[in-house]
Amino acid sequence: MKHVTLEGISKSYDSTKAVDEVHFNVEQGELFGLIGPDGAGKTTLFRILTTLILPDAGRAFVNGHHVVKDYKKIRKEVGYMPGKFSLYQDLTVEENLSFFASIFNTTIRENYELVKDIYVQIEPFKDRRAGKLSGGMKQKLALCCALIHRPVVLFLDEPTTGVDAVSRREFWEMLKSLKKQGITILVSTPYMDEADLCEKIALIQSGNIMTVDTPERIVSDFPDPVYAVQSDNMSRLLRELRGSDQVKSANAFGEFHHITFSGGTESMDRFLKGLREPMLIKSISPTIEDCFIHLMAAHD
Amino acid sequence: MKQLLIFVQKEFKHVFRDKKTLLLLFGLPIAQIVLFGFALTNEIKDANLLIIDHSKDETTLQITEKFRASSSFSLRESVMNTSEMEDAFKRGSIKLALIFPSQFEQDLIHEGRAPIQLIADATDPNTATMLINYASSIIRDYQQSIATKPPELSIQIQHRNIYNPELKGTTNFVPGVMALVLLLICVLMTSVSIVKEKEMGTMEILLVSPFNPILVILAKAIPYLALSIVNLIVILLLSTFLLDTPVNGNVFLLVGVSIVLIMAALSLGLLISNSTNSQQMAMLISLMGMLLPTMMFTGFLFPLENMPMALQVFANMVPSKWYYIIVKDIMIKGLGCSAVWKETLILLGMILLLLALSIRKFKIRLS
Repeated sequence: MKHVTLEGISKSYDSTKAVDEVHFNVEQGELFGLIGPDGAGKTTLFRILTTLILPDAGRAFVNGHHVVKDYKKIRKEVGYMPGKFSLYQDLTVEENLSFFASIFNTTIRENYELVKDIYVQIEPFKDRRAGKLSGGMKQKLALCCALIHRPVVLFLDEPTTGVDAVSRREFWEMLKSLKKQGITILVSTPYMDEADLCEKIALIQSGNIMTVDTPERIVSDFPDPVYAVQSDNMSRLLRELRGSDQVKSANAFGEFHHITFSGGTESMDRFLKGLREPMLIKSISPTIEDCFIHLMAAHD
Repeated sequence: MKQLLIFVQKEFKHVFRDKKTLLLLFGLPIAQIVLFGFALTNEIKDANLLIIDHSKDETTLQITEKFRASSSFSLRESVMNTSEMEDAFKRGSIKLALIFPSQFEQDLIHEGRAPIQLIADATDPNTATMLINYASSIIRDYQQSIATKPPELSIQIQHRNIYNPELKGTTNFVPGVMALVLLLICVLMTSVSIVKEKEMGTMEILLVSPFNPILVILAKAIPYLALSIVNLIVILLLSTFLLDTPVNGNVFLLVGVSIVLIMAALSLGLLISNSTNSQQMAMLISLMGMLLPTMMFTGFLFPLENMPMALQVFANMVPSKWYYIIVKDIMIKGLGCSAVWKETLILLGMILLLLALSIRKFKIRLS
C-alpha cells in the first residue's frame, strides 16, 4: 500500500523553482531516504507533505489524505522533526516530551514502549533544560517528541546534520528499529554515505528527482566500471585525469579520486602507459555519490 | 480543554524562567509610578525667589514675610542691584524675582497705588506662568488684608478645585501610568512570545499537530492577562499607600474596565505578532508603534484639546486615550458605570476589530 504519493508537485519561491514536477511513492512501512545537497528542495518537499506550505501545482497524499484539503487529518497522523532543532530550550527534557504528548492528546506512559529505546538514553538528563543538551542528545529528544503520539508516517528533515559520527550511527540504528514497528519513515539527508542505510532512496538535485530506487539497484545501474586512484600529488593528478581523452569522469573523493574510462579497458591501458609518475589504481564498486554525480551530469 | 491548560502552564514556565523579563515586567510599573509620582511632577514646590527691596519699609517686609511663609517659594539672599539678579537668573539659581521700588509704602499711602515688578524665568513657560500666578495671588491676599475700607463695588472670586483640591500631580499621572504600563506590557509581551515560537521553529511543530492554532494565541494571551492584573493591583496599591491617591470610585468597576483595556492590548499584540517574523521586528513595532502614541495621545502628558484637529482625530484610535478618561472618572471623580459606559463600549469595539483582523491574518501554514 502506498503511504505517501506525490504527483507532479511543483513549488516556486518568487522566480526560483524550489521543486519541479516531483513524482514518487513511498510504501507503507518503508524507510525512505531523500538524498541531495543543500538547496536541492528537500525541506520544501517535506513542508508540502506536512501541510506547512501549499504546492503551486500537482497533488500529494499522505496516508490517503490530500495535503491541501485534508490537512487537519494529516496533522493528526504524522510526526515531523524539522531540520532546525525546534524544541523549547527553557523547558526540561521531560517537560518537552510531556508537552508534546499532551498536544497530541496522549501521555508519555501511553506510548512509552515506542520511544523507550531512545528515551532511556536521555532519561538520566530528564531534568536538564533542552537548550543545555549536546547535539546528539537534542536529536534524540526531538525524535522522541516526534514519535510520542505514535505517528503513521514520520518525517525527519536532515536529522543527522551537525551531529557527530557516533550519534549519527546510533540515530540510524534507532530508525531501523522504528521501522520494525511498522512506521513509514521519510528521512532527508545531504550525506550520500547514509543512502545505503535506507530501503529506498530518491536522489534530488535542484528541485528535480533524478532517480527513485533501492540503493543496490541504483549502484548496479551505474554504466561503467569505477576505479579509485591515488598519487603523491592529488591535485596535479586530478588535473591530468581531467585533461586526458581516455578518462570519462574524474572526481575527488577524500583520499582517492574516482574515475571511469571512456573506452573500457583499452582506454585504461592507454592512459596508464602515458602516465609520467607512479599512481595507485584499484577497481571499486561505485558509491551512491558516484551515481549522484553521474546522474547530475546526465541531467544537465 | 486539557490541552489548553497544559499550554498555559507551559507559557507560565517560560515567563517565570526568564528572570530578566520578569524583572522588567514588574519593575517597570513600579519604577514608572515612583518616577512620575515623585520626580516628574509639575507642581511648584520651593521655587527659588529673589526679592530686591529698595524701600525696606513695614509693608515690603510684611509682603516678604508672606512669601517666606509660602511653601511654593524659597527665599534667596536678597541683593540690591539688578546685575546680580541677572547673574542669578543666568546661573539658574532663581526662577522668579520680585522688585519693590524705593518709597513703596509712601507711594501706596499717599497716592493710593504702588508698583511691584515680577520677573520670571520663562525658559519653561508653564512654570513661569504658574509662578506669576502664585506670586500675584499672595500679593492680592495681602492687599485685601490691608484695605482700610471695602471698595464700593467689588467682585470677589471664590474658586475651588474639586476632585483634587490640593492640585496634586499624581492624580493626573497615576491613570496615565496605568494606561501606559498595561498597554506596553500586554502588547510587547504577547507579540514577542508568539513571534518567538516562529523564530525558534516550535511553531512549525505546533502547526503539524492536532492543536488548534487559534488556541495557541489564546494560550499565549492568558498568562499575560493574569500578570497584567497582578501588575494593575500593584499599581493601585502603590498609588493608594505611597502616592496617597486612592480609588474614589468602585474598585471592581476599575479592575473590570482595566481588563477590557488589557484585552484590547493583547489583541493588538496578537495582530503585531501575526504580521511579523522576528522578535526584533515585533519589539520595534510594539515600542515605536505603542510607546510614542501612548505617551503623546493619551492626554496625561500633553492636553489633547490643544492639539491640531488632525492629531485629535488620530488620538481617538489610541485605546489608552479612552482608558485614561475612564480611569480618571472612576478613580479620581468616583463616578460609576453610567459615566464610563460609552468609553468602555469604544474599547470593546476596538477589541472586536483587532481580534477579527488578527484571526483573519492568522496563518495556519508557514507562509
